[in-house]
Amino acid sequence: MWRFLARRLLELVVVFIGVTFVIYCAVFLLPGDPIEALGGDRPLPESVQQQLREQYGLDQPIWQQYVNYLGGLFQGDLGTTFTGQSVSEQMANRWPTTITLALTAWVLTVLISVVLGLVAGLRQGSAIDRSVLLGTIIAESVPVFVMGITAQYVFGIMLKWTPIAGIGDGWPRAFILPALIIAIYGLAGVSRLMRGSVIDTMQSDFVRTLRAKGLARRSIVGLHVTRNAAAPVVNVLAIQLGSLLGGTVVIEAIFNINGVGQLLYKAIQDQEGTLVVGVATTLVLIFLITNVVVDVISSLLDPRIRND
Amino acid sequence: MTEPATVAIDGNFDRATTRGLWATLRGRLQFWVSVVLLACLAIIAVIPGILSGFFGQSDPRSCDLLASNRPPGPGHPFGTDVQGCDVLANVLFGTRTSLFIGLTTTAICLIVAVVLGTLAGYRGGWVDSLIARGADVVLGFPFLLGAIIVLNTAPDRTPLLLSAVLAFFSWPTFARLIRSSVKEVREREFVQAAHALGFSQLRVVLTHVLPNSLAPTLAIAATMVGGVIGAEATLTFLGVGLVPPSISWGVQLSTAQSYFQLAPHTVVFPSIFLTVTVISLIMLGDALRDALDPRGRA
Repeated sequence: MWRFLARRLLELVVVFIGVTFVIYCAVFLLPGDPIEALGGDRPLPESVQQQLREQYGLDQPIWQQYVNYLGGLFQGDLGTTFTGQSVSEQMANRWPTTITLALTAWVLTVLISVVLGLVAGLRQGSAIDRSVLLGTIIAESVPVFVMGITAQYVFGIMLKWTPIAGIGDGWPRAFILPALIIAIYGLAGVSRLMRGSVIDTMQSDFVRTLRAKGLARRSIVGLHVTRNAAAPVVNVLAIQLGSLLGGTVVIEAIFNINGVGQLLYKAIQDQEGTLVVGVATTLVLIFLITNVVVDVISSLLDPRIRND
Repeated sequence: MTEPATVAIDGNFDRATTRGLWATLRGRLQFWVSVVLLACLAIIAVIPGILSGFFGQSDPRSCDLLASNRPPGPGHPFGTDVQGCDVLANVLFGTRTSLFIGLTTTAICLIVAVVLGTLAGYRGGWVDSLIARGADVVLGFPFLLGAIIVLNTAPDRTPLLLSAVLAFFSWPTFARLIRSSVKEVREREFVQAAHALGFSQLRVVLTHVLPNSLAPTLAIAATMVGGVIGAEATLTFLGVGLVPPSISWGVQLSTAQSYFQLAPHTVVFPSIFLTVTVISLIMLGDALRDALDPRGRA
């Protein structure tokens, strides 16, 4: 077990360095000079620009800058923006919004997909089963932003059930619609998995035994099948939690929600390199750590995975 | 003398798979619906000008500012957008862009994945580990985040560049699939027989291993074309994808979003085309996957 954990952690470090380096290069090798852009139409004196470049280490080669950045990162310092604000502070009040959105979306995914998978799996081959399958394919196919603007129009403008954009109304009213749209995106995969798992469990020996001893169908499904069928699904659901954060970036832009995604977006437009790298790094880190935690938990549940 | 024998072994295997696949697909309504829809879209992509000219305006760039945001009517069956351009002509020309991006991305992705996946699965050892770590790094980016960052730094975003970036972030899924199926096929008897006959490594890989390892990727490739088309539209909508002179559904939708209440038709028609295209590709991929792996459906 410890060897497995050590190997996964080592992989995490390697991947993390690789990913952050790609991000770093993409951001800082870009054409366009952020220092020059600071001055706008009235360029800053050359000496001031030079001093600022030295202050932010922009005169060093890219690998040197990256190593410095990593060094700061290990001390919990994400750097400062070109306007002198601390990157971590900028992010601090944005994270709660994004995490609330992602968690709400995740809970919705869990509830809806488990119910859909259970209903479809228990009535395999029926009209309900087929419509669940087709429905989830269609739901998965509609691009997130198309669904977003349609939902804004229908629920926000026509029915006036939810606010059109922003989070002024607080949780849950303002979050429910964007969260639902993020949730729908992951629905197809998870409900299919649940369905397959339910079908397998229903055909297993212990269910036959329960039936033979005359247990009511309701208790068989409620007590035994659901719990056993959910095991493989838990794994996927946990991985989804990480990728949901990526989904929120798109949804935040459509619903004008002031989360980390919007911050990233604005940072990209303002050429705030350190801020872009900082936000992207934290997103990637959360994503990677979730994956490792999931791997460890599932290897505890099923030791066969460790030898993979 | 040895030649026909190996061909027969491979041939039988392949033909049996293909026949079974076709027999399953032929009976599925889902398969035919998606094939017919995709055929229509392909025709549109080839001759968008002729088709839209048939309904009125054949040039998507010929716009009349006085006729801005007009609802559907004679001469403009889908109405006009804020610049007074014909929505139908733009939607039809957008089909070409979207299919181009979808197919190009998937093609680039497949080439990279086949080369790397085969290398990893066939060679194993450090080559395998190196490619696996590379795949891990790319998969370390949450959905669309990597593309957003990279594309934003690109000065001139053409459809080809967008394809290259999207392909860069999607090859690992394919490569892993090909790797595991190459690993499995490599151990089969006909591959060992080919080795025993003294064929070169390259020949064994090209004529025996690969043809028998690619089937599972077929289904995912179809799904991916759909996914890429959706991703392009999303990126364009967010402002980091294609930019106007390019004609695409994403460009139309990102402009139209601001006039949603004023001119809903400018949002509705591109959305319908986009959604139908993605749905038919994903349905096709789904039907192929079922036919390739009947256990999945149970």
